[in-house]
Amino acid sequence: MIWEIIYIFLGIGIVFNLLASIGLMRFPDVYTRLHAGTKCTTFGSIFVCLAVIIYGLWKWYDGNKEMISLAIHSFFALIAILLTNPTGAHAIARAAYRSGVKPVNAVVDDLEGKK
Amino acid sequence: MFAFIATTIFCFILWLLFTFNGDIWGIDEIIAGIILSLIAGVASAKIFIKDYKLANPVRWLFILAYLPRFFYEMAKANFDVAYRVITGKIKPGIVKISPNLKSDISITILANSITLTPGTLSVDVDDEKNLYVHWINVKDEALRKMPRDYKSVCSTFPDWARRIGE
Amino acid sequence: MNPFMIALILVLISIAIAMLRVLLGPTVPDRVVGLDTINTLVIAGMVLFGAYKKETIYIDVAIVYALLSYVTTLFIAKYLQGGKL
Repeated sequence: MIWEIIYIFLGIGIVFNLLASIGLMRFPDVYTRLHAGTKCTTFGSIFVCLAVIIYGLWKWYDGNKEMISLAIHSFFALIAILLTNPTGAHAIARAAYRSGVKPVNAVVDDLEGKK
Repeated sequence: MFAFIATTIFCFILWLLFTFNGDIWGIDEIIAGIILSLIAGVASAKIFIKDYKLANPVRWLFILAYLPRFFYEMAKANFDVAYRVITGKIKPGIVKISPNLKSDISITILANSITLTPGTLSVDVDDEKNLYVHWINVKDEALRKMPRDYKSVCSTFPDWARRIGE
Repeated sequence: MNPFMIALILVLISIAIAMLRVLLGPTVPDRVVGLDTINTLVIAGMVLFGAYKKETIYIDVAIVYALLSYVTTLFIAKYLQGGKL
């Protein structure tokens, strides 16, 4: 029963991680690639970490006391990913715009001309 | 002084969580933790706590109420991106929104939320705290009038950020 | 076979695809985006490897790697936009 939950979480995580790298290849410019590279990897890695947390808690409940630290440390990895990833994406987007990369096929660009 | 004590306690709790391995902590571990968190508290109290807005428990309740909404939007965002990866239908553009937020905390929360939610990615912020948002699928009704309506870009996130951080 | 190992292999495949973007990317920001994606995927891979080996030390490495790669990303971004370091 618990193995099935872990399989489902790992499956969701892996599918979104793969989609992120495929999106990285398919999209036409930096900003749209950032969309794929940020959202999908954050979501996928969160699910991967959740699967490991469930695994650690389950083994801990079964009597293997050391495994609780697996769950706690995975939780901190989850928090680190959730806090740092969007901020890094924001920094890259801003640096890309200021270094002169324009969005491809943009229908509107309010930032044009401002520095 | 309050900032120093809060930072030290926070670091000590982190230390306890990190060194926990299924058994009760030894006395040497606790002493090492107290010394290290005192050092960390002295070094980073001024960076860690800038003002005391987040000391208010009402704001914690708002954060807790905000999290389920945020995760729902995040899941929606991922299926949206997956759809666009597979079909390749995009209509990108950079739009300016004026959320009327003053404090740094709320603008950070808003920018991070915008980045992780459907179809939008914050690109830049100017001195008047206007956000520039890259939007992967620009809707036509948002383009008609110039001070853009932020409801169509990021729904009610500015209101949540205002409740948490203003 | 251990499910964590299978997941780890699939994560490594997506790292390889993202690596192609780092090699191909026409502009420098494209390469940085590829690198950022690889960083997050490496964190996921380390967490999976820790679960496979049942050793917490790999997950500690993942946390430190996450924080350091974040600092690196900010540093490269600052360098790209031409400000003072």
